[in-house]
Amino acid sequence: MRIYSLFVYVFLYTPIAIIALFSFSAGRSASQFEGFSLKWYGRALDNPFVMDALGNSLFVAFVSATLASILGTMAAVGLQGIKGPARTFFDAIIYIAVMIPGIVIGIATLIALVTVFDAVNPWLASIWPKGREPLALSMGMPSLIAAHTMFTLALVVLIVRARLQGLEGALSEASADLYAPPLRTFRLITLPLITPAILAGFLLSFTFSFDDFIIAFFVAGSETTLPIYIFSSIRRGVTPEVNAIGTIVMLGSLVLLVFAQLILRRGDKR
Amino acid sequence: MTVHERNWLLVAPAGAWLLVMLVLPLSVVVIFSFGERAPAGGWVPAFTFEQYANLPARLTAFKNTLTLAPLGTLAALIIAYPLAYQLAVRTDPRWKTMLLVLVIVPFWTSILIRSYAWIFILGGQGLPALLELFGVEGVRLIYTPFAVTVGIVYGYLPLMVFPIYVALDRLDKRLLEASSDLGARPLTTFLRVTLPMSISGIATGCMLVFILLMGEFLIPALLGGGKVFFVGNALVDLFLQSRNWAFGSAVAVMLILVMLVTVTVYMRLIARLSATRDDVSIM
Repeated sequence: MRIYSLFVYVFLYTPIAIIALFSFSAGRSASQFEGFSLKWYGRALDNPFVMDALGNSLFVAFVSATLASILGTMAAVGLQGIKGPARTFFDAIIYIAVMIPGIVIGIATLIALVTVFDAVNPWLASIWPKGREPLALSMGMPSLIAAHTMFTLALVVLIVRARLQGLEGALSEASADLYAPPLRTFRLITLPLITPAILAGFLLSFTFSFDDFIIAFFVAGSETTLPIYIFSSIRRGVTPEVNAIGTIVMLGSLVLLVFAQLILRRGDKR
Repeated sequence: MTVHERNWLLVAPAGAWLLVMLVLPLSVVVIFSFGERAPAGGWVPAFTFEQYANLPARLTAFKNTLTLAPLGTLAALIIAYPLAYQLAVRTDPRWKTMLLVLVIVPFWTSILIRSYAWIFILGGQGLPALLELFGVEGVRLIYTPFAVTVGIVYGYLPLMVFPIYVALDRLDKRLLEASSDLGARPLTTFLRVTLPMSISGIATGCMLVFILLMGEFLIPALLGGGKVFFVGNALVDLFLQSRNWAFGSAVAVMLILVMLVTVTVYMRLIARLSATRDDVSIM
């Protein structure tokens, strides 16, 4: 059994190790290691397309994770007091958001937004002040942020709600009994207790958005995110530059993951 | 402002966001699936079932998805179960969490990069070259159903291990001792105690993996090389290459329907399985 488990771990980590190893290869070959070098890291960091894509990915991930954390937490808190059909409806939508394949979310967002933009753009042009280039809505960073926020918002609602349900009502009841106004109870009692869940939700959302390829592929318009860049480089052929980018990205996700774990654990101890 | 109004105000922004970015787009897909393709690509309004009648044109994609997704799920289950068992039942508690985290970590790194690693390994200069050294020649691994299955198992193994681990970890280990004290052989204990008690974990793991696989695009795109393609690949082709939005929407609606049906049937089955188990435990 032990040997079997060891095999599974080898299976899980060999591919990752191979990518990391070949990112340090000096040669162009993807199959032979030709001496140690940091050349491909230099290439990757000097490549304006890579840096542009990385910047876009970080920006989209940060903005959508922030929006999702705020809106998701608000909704999770508000939902506690809402019962009946409205609640059932909202819960159903949250589950749909999580269950529907990313690819369907991608195409649905693409055709819906393009259709809306096509309808709105002529109208915008007609009311636009004369002599100025009219604003034309198109797919790009805002639509990508909106789509990622939609999905990660649902994740945050699920995470924060689980934490809220795990809390005993006794603390907030005691606070109310001592005549603390609801907002104060929330700020002093509930919020500190759910902060770890909110932070975990943020980090999860950030990782999701940063790693997402399929939604961005449809929704990002002419903008490039890092996964889109990596996908198109793979299509053009495997180069050690992709290995270097991959290694950096995996390291980044690892750091975030450790961060999330630490935060969650601190929250549990409290 | 009453408490009630405040709650609604808190939920409203998220609700509006979900309506505009999820409910509206999904409704558009359903509406578009009854329309027609514009000559230049895109969509013109209509009410026809033509797109649905055309679905057999993409039968291969559905067939591949509906064979390789269950197959991949099953393979992941078979590989994941012994590991989850080892971690939950046989591992020193001091090491448990760390070893479990080690399984999960790869899942949180980009699936794109992890699948791409297999192009390396299964490609002509990877494993096949290694096999040639041992005298096995002419093995082709990349761009085959096998490659896609390996990619699937690799990509989703952590997601399968986790719920099974949780179920097995909750299992009262004294039950296993009781069973062997009563003279049951290890295999009997496993089949009559361990396996039934972990069925909820198996069910969750399989469902998570299966649902994600139904919409898979990257793994077949990278490891199937256009020869082994899923519905997801057909969708990318229809929306981004041939720009046939009406037909693409019908394919997407069909995908969701197939998913709903399989998941419902599956849940019923699981419910029945656990119901019979309860009867046994009452006896």
